[in-house]
Amino acid sequence: MSVIKNFFATRWGIVSAGIFVGVFAPLLQKWGNPGNMGICVACMERDIAGALGLHRAGVVQYIRPEIIGFVLGALIAALLFREFKSRGGSSPIVRFFLGFFAMVGALVFLGCPWRALLRLAGGDGNAILGLAGLTAGIWVGVLFLKSGYTLGRATKVRSFSGWVFPIAMASLLILLLVAPQFGRTAEGTPTGPIFFSSKGPGSQHAPILISLLVGLGVGFLAQRTRLCTMGAIRDVILIKNTHLLSGILGIVGAAFIMNLFLGQFKAGFAGQPLAHTDYLWNFIGMGLSGLAFALAGGCPGRQLFLSGEGDGDAAIFATGMIVGAGFSHNFSMASSAAGPGAYGPIAVIIGLIFCIVVGFTMREKMA
Amino acid sequence: MADKIDARGLSCPQPVILTNKKIKEMGKGVLEVLVDTDTSRENVSRLASEKGWQVDVKRVDEDYRLVLRKE
Repeated sequence: MSVIKNFFATRWGIVSAGIFVGVFAPLLQKWGNPGNMGICVACMERDIAGALGLHRAGVVQYIRPEIIGFVLGALIAALLFREFKSRGGSSPIVRFFLGFFAMVGALVFLGCPWRALLRLAGGDGNAILGLAGLTAGIWVGVLFLKSGYTLGRATKVRSFSGWVFPIAMASLLILLLVAPQFGRTAEGTPTGPIFFSSKGPGSQHAPILISLLVGLGVGFLAQRTRLCTMGAIRDVILIKNTHLLSGILGIVGAAFIMNLFLGQFKAGFAGQPLAHTDYLWNFIGMGLSGLAFALAGGCPGRQLFLSGEGDGDAAIFATGMIVGAGFSHNFSMASSAAGPGAYGPIAVIIGLIFCIVVGFTMREKMA
Repeated sequence: MADKIDARGLSCPQPVILTNKKIKEMGKGVLEVLVDTDTSRENVSRLASEKGWQVDVKRVDEDYRLVLRKE
């Protein structure tokens, strides 16, 4: 066990986890997921929000088993390697809104950092703007971290607390399988409370079991190796360390090769799947997300893996993201292929103000 | 008495930032760092080794005590 444990902590360990994501994300697309969206934490949480009726954008409603798999895979890894520890209490409400605004920014760009990497590996040039924005946002976050920013200490809490989020995810799986439809429209046709897109990206998905298994695999490996896109960029800026970066290079490299192999690579800016070409808001949207991730200590994927190992604060962040997705669509803040939504830009600016206030006010004099 | 950092409950990357700052100030000597997650234990150990410090890890109840040494 300790040999395996040590391998995961090495550079090759994290590169392997990255390659796993990079191989299976394009395959999930091949097996039915939307374009360059084999894996996307933000998009998939957005689809879950839609399936639960938190927003009524009919084309993005589906309980994505990958997300459930991420949390449960991390839970299994954490239990197996005795790392499951229920903890929480580090500024939960601030984390909720960091998650909320991280989602607002991600849905202006149309993707989480992982999807930005996958879009790049699929030839989508707009991802370059997103990744540049992500880096800029993280850079600002690092400035706050260097000046003593902290959300305070988490403490050990009762064991059940750490189980709540994984149980909620398992419940989502049941809702996906049972698919209750006891609501009725005015015409009397069954609808909801769980909604499933009949067209658009929400209707495109790999078979449930495959999605779940890949999710479990990613969750397991990422929990072991601490794979984190935000951390990768942050550590290079903050401590000139490339350990986490090698993981995301693994994602891009493997996904690029897989996309070529599967005929899914298409270079260019216009006409890319689930993307728009507004350079400015691709940059600023992801900039907001990057800053929010840096202030919360992890990219959306990482927050899910931490949730699986008992971190209640990360679970609050993830919940904030799902609620944020509901608001993004209900308030016309999410982008579409045509460009940013009517209120996307103003929402991003409000989010940036929130993050900057958090950065300046949540500080401790450095010991 | 060794210098000491209590980074328990702090989320990534704060344990690393605090340790990095401290070992820069100290240059050499003995520094004790307390952390409460495996991630922090790995990250602080990795940082210290890269900076040429020896790392000795002990499990104390549910936490870890890392003793960093540089002659």
